[in-house]
Amino acid sequence: MALIETKGLTYTYPGTSKPSIHDVSIKIEKGEFVLITGPSGCGKTTLCRCFNGLVPHFYQGEIKGEITVAGINTLDQHTYEIAKHVGLVFQNPENQLFALSIEKDVAFGLENMGTAREEMRKKVDWALHQTGIYDIRERSPHEISGGQQQRVAIASVLAMEPEIIVLDEPTSFLDPLSAEKIFDVIYKLNKEQGITVVLVEHRLDLTAKYTNHLIVMDQGTVRLEGDPRDILSNEETRRIGVGIPKATLLYQMLKKENCNLGNKTPLGSEELADQILEELKGD
Amino acid sequence: MIEVEGIYYSYPSKVEALRGVSLNIKDGEFVAIMGQNGAGKSTLVKHFNGLLKPSVGTVTVDGIKTVKSSVATLARNVGFVFQNPDHQLFSETVEEEIGFALKNFGFDVKVIEERITWSLELLSLSQYRKTSPFLLSGGERKRVALASVLACDPKMLVLDEPTIGQDYEQKEKLRQFIMQLQSQGKTVIAVTHDVEFVAECNPRVVLMKEGKIVADGQGHQILTDPAMLEAASIVLPQIAQVFTKLSALGLSKDIINIDEAKRVLLKAMEKHKR
Repeated sequence: MALIETKGLTYTYPGTSKPSIHDVSIKIEKGEFVLITGPSGCGKTTLCRCFNGLVPHFYQGEIKGEITVAGINTLDQHTYEIAKHVGLVFQNPENQLFALSIEKDVAFGLENMGTAREEMRKKVDWALHQTGIYDIRERSPHEISGGQQQRVAIASVLAMEPEIIVLDEPTSFLDPLSAEKIFDVIYKLNKEQGITVVLVEHRLDLTAKYTNHLIVMDQGTVRLEGDPRDILSNEETRRIGVGIPKATLLYQMLKKENCNLGNKTPLGSEELADQILEELKGD
Repeated sequence: MIEVEGIYYSYPSKVEALRGVSLNIKDGEFVAIMGQNGAGKSTLVKHFNGLLKPSVGTVTVDGIKTVKSSVATLARNVGFVFQNPDHQLFSETVEEEIGFALKNFGFDVKVIEERITWSLELLSLSQYRKTSPFLLSGGERKRVALASVLACDPKMLVLDEPTIGQDYEQKEKLRQFIMQLQSQGKTVIAVTHDVEFVAECNPRVVLMKEGKIVADGQGHQILTDPAMLEAASIVLPQIAQVFTKLSALGLSKDIINIDEAKRVLLKAMEKHKR
């Protein structure tokens, strides 16, 4: 059974008449690194809110169809039950932080689960180190920059070591190198510990290389889904308004001019550079 | 024209955010200010509309020293769009939000109406005219904040992280829009981390680190220097990454534009075939 599965999922926020997601049927297997992308307002964030039960339990509104996450039917379970399996990092970190110190914010979820003090200390320190905020752990989360706040939000979720991590544009306020470091940490958790990752991102230049399952949404529906190499080569993806990574785009432009670069669509600069070097190497 | 002369700035918490910054920005320039979190980028641009006054040094905007004038006076010339739109939005509808500053500046009702319609269309927000800004997505709220500043038609525009949460099409619109503003002689200053966006626009790039300017030049010069960028916590744009990895081939080095990249690579491959 898939770790996350939806069938004909349709949801409408209260006070609106048009569904934000419409007839969404997807399957996410354990250990996948899923990337969800699509134009602003396409329903990405709403779909993420379904994965941890915020939709419909917190947002109310009208929901139809089926959804199971880690074997739980999220429609009739409390969010705190779902939260044991799914950690969600929100788009705006200010919505997520509330404690007096960064360290306390990161420890909050573990405290609630009744984690032993010793173990909690270890997990919190580990998460603070992974996200590069150990040195500022005693400061208030409200006096640090937006980028630092995003690190705190990510650390809070990492500390819980959930089976599934859902991240909604988690590094938008961070500088690119810091963002890349955070994505590397998440990718490592995915590869080494088999944690399933669902990442919502517009910036495929930064993130396409990590994914093995790409979902493109538009106007509340899933338009394309599957192997990122196929989807990024699909003309439809570009028409929807997805920003194809520049390396992928350059490969397509060179292929159109009949360059011999093999048939593997590159997801990043490294793959493309290798393909070009292969073609141009002295023989 | 903005003239910054040897400014230092410390926050009340004693954090020294700017440590001797000098910079001139001419009318009609498009400048991207880049650097890692905490480098002092936002602190610097907040000096341009007088939100902050330097502890040492002077900032002069159109011949007026900011120390001697109020934010209210400077705001007519310098429009400011914050990083987080929620720090800026407060009205009940998008329309009221955009009309607010115009009303304060004492514009005629008819003019206000026209400006609102114009800015909503420009930023693809017309369908949300009567909606509360807080019901919109993050990317849309960001555009409402931009629309409310544009509606005032400022001579200089400061955008703090304008591309955050924007999809590809919105970014492309923003790019065209900045070009259009520039052709009207307006100054655009963008604080941004978005290397791909900067690579596509190729503006003047001012690179900051630890409260100082460490590099100042055209995009294709600054964004193709791996060592300098890494020191400033910026990654190379993807096209520049490809060419850095191809350095052994001896191709030109300062390429960030995809069409130019294609041209250079096709030429190299043709040469190789022969």
